Amino acid sequence: MTEKDLVIIGGGPAGLAAAIGAWEDGIRDMVVLEREKQAGGILRQCIHNGFGLHRFGEELTGPEYAQRDIDRAKELGIPIQCNTTVLSVTEEKVVTCVSAEKGLEIIHARAIILAMGCRERPRGALGTPGTRCAGIYTAGTAQKFVNLEGFMPGKRVVILGSGDIGLIMARRMTLQGAKVLACVELMPFSSGLNRNIVQCLQDFDIPLYLSHTVTNVEGRERLTGVTVSEVGPDRKPIPGTEIHFDCDTLLLSVGLIPENELSRTAKVELSPVTSGAVVNDLLETSVPGIFSCGNVLHVHDLVDFVSEESFKAGHAAADLILHGAKRSDTIRVLDGEGVRGTVPQMIRRGSADEVRLMFRPAGVYKNASAVVMCGDREVARKRAMIFTPGEMAVLPIPGNKVAELDGDITVKMEVKA
Amino acid sequence: MTEKVITCINCPMGCRMTVQMEGKEILKITGNTCKRGETYARQECTEPMRMVTAVVPVEGSRMPVSVKTRTPIPKARIQACMKALSGVRLTLPIHEKDVVLPDVCGTGVDVIATRTLMA
Ligand SMILES: Cc1cc2nc3c(=O)[nH]c(=O)nc-3n(C[C@H](O)[C@H](O)[C@H](O)COP(=O)(O)OP(=O)(O)OC[C@H]3O[C@@H](n4cnc5c(N)ncnc54)[C@H](O)[C@@H]3O)c2cc1C
Ligand code: SF4
Repeated sequence: MTEKDLVIIGGGPAGLAAAIGAWEDGIRDMVVLEREKQAGGILRQCIHNGFGLHRFGEELTGPEYAQRDIDRAKELGIPIQCNTTVLSVTEEKVVTCVSAEKGLEIIHARAIILAMGCRERPRGALGTPGTRCAGIYTAGTAQKFVNLEGFMPGKRVVILGSGDIGLIMARRMTLQGAKVLACVELMPFSSGLNRNIVQCLQDFDIPLYLSHTVTNVEGRERLTGVTVSEVGPDRKPIPGTEIHFDCDTLLLSVGLIPENELSRTAKVELSPVTSGAVVNDLLETSVPGIFSCGNVLHVHDLVDFVSEESFKAGHAAADLILHGAKRSDTIRVLDGEGVRGTVPQMIRRGSADEVRLMFRPAGVYKNASAVVMCGDREVARKRAMIFTPGEMAVLPIPGNKVAELDGDITVKMEVKA
Repeated sequence: MTEKVITCINCPMGCRMTVQMEGKEILKITGNTCKRGETYARQECTEPMRMVTAVVPVEGSRMPVSVKTRTPIPKARIQACMKALSGVRLTLPIHEKDVVLPDVCGTGVDVIATRTLMA
């Protein structure tokens, strides 16, 4: 068993930013472990632009954004060990990993940062009836085929789910020569950005069927067609509304889930709302010395926020390694009316550091405020013309207000009458 | 007189605007909540612009190289741009920012690589 100050699991934007943050604070005895043969995470396959506006003030493509952090990590000399899969992490901070080059390795770390990202909900989670033929992929898998392997998975395509990855793939497949027949969404609204609905569907006259779902898939070896039906307010298919599409490919874009298998082996407490770890304002989990950041903590829409959060985790881990643990009593951050999945879920009592609360509004709120209450005292407020579930809201609490907190706080939405 | 409906993409409000036009002349824009919507609708009705990103195969590499137009090009030229790109043959090595196709379809805009691929 080898000893290390810091082990970072995952070399996506989260792991890279965390590593850079810790290095800048003086940590040298560290390693980033990455399963793939290159660092960069999912951004390597997101070749469209629209990344980095907040952080760099310009719009980059996914590979360009990732490369900036990879270059910075290289320049600093941060060791990134690719082709290495982490198999387990324990509460005692023992990391077991395997690579073709080094075989099985066991590392004991003083601190660990979990940055494994998220994955797409697979088909099994859908319960779509019909045959189990080839030609059904998650949108992310198709994105990998087209953008990293230069291979088109099909010619006539139907997309189930109107999340951003599905919308982006509708345009991608069209530009590369396929015919996208329809994008089908169960809900009466799309969870994708307006920009993607306009530029990925409307620009190419691809119809969006809201309040519809796929009710049957046909084909023996290869998909030959799907049936789409309208759903009622109970989201159950309405008989007699069936539309048939001849297609050889069905792409699923039905949501992302944090990849927390390793958090479980480490006995990190998970939140049933975010499916990620429960953390304090330093992004430290219920297991002292284990931190979590990026999409494994909660699903972000903007990689810029992933980087911001992860730098913070890197700094916090460095502080713990250099100055020892400073566990203190915590106050809880609770979801109130109209608010879901606020992160962090805890704040250290007595801290005077700014805290940036992130959450998803439970619905669409126009001309509303997000408000933080401590008992019946208002602590912070953010007004906006609109809050929607498709966009993570950020609500900062200034350091001096954090210092005054004397009990649990609640985040809620308030609509002016 | 014709009417065009345009969804503003500049913020999550997603205002639906109606643009009244007489030929190529814009008479009236309604439905926007702020000035940014009007500017966007004006652009969309006169000369809509889009960034184009794609992948181009590279000889001797299993992985294609990702590319983008350096700046947005007229939306009407997207298909022509893709067609021009399908004729491009590249060889290793390729560096990020290398020009893959200069002045694509006479737009004055270069298509450049967004990733480095070494031999
Ligand atoms: C298919 C898909 C498409 C997306 N498209 C967009 C988009 O268009 N725009 C946008 O803003 N966001 C997009 N996202 C969200 C995007 O994931 C985040 O913005 C950002 O990439 C998250 O960074 P991360 O480092 O947390 O996760 P990731 O980028 O997912 O990186 C996690 C890394 O951890 C590694 N890893 C996981 N488990 C292990 C293990 N056991 N051992 C070793 N390494 C491991 C993975 O290989 C990966 O490299 C997309 C997500 C997915 C899944
Ligand atoms: S018009 Fe203004 S408020 Fe409306 S979507 Fe555009 S930017 Fe947002």
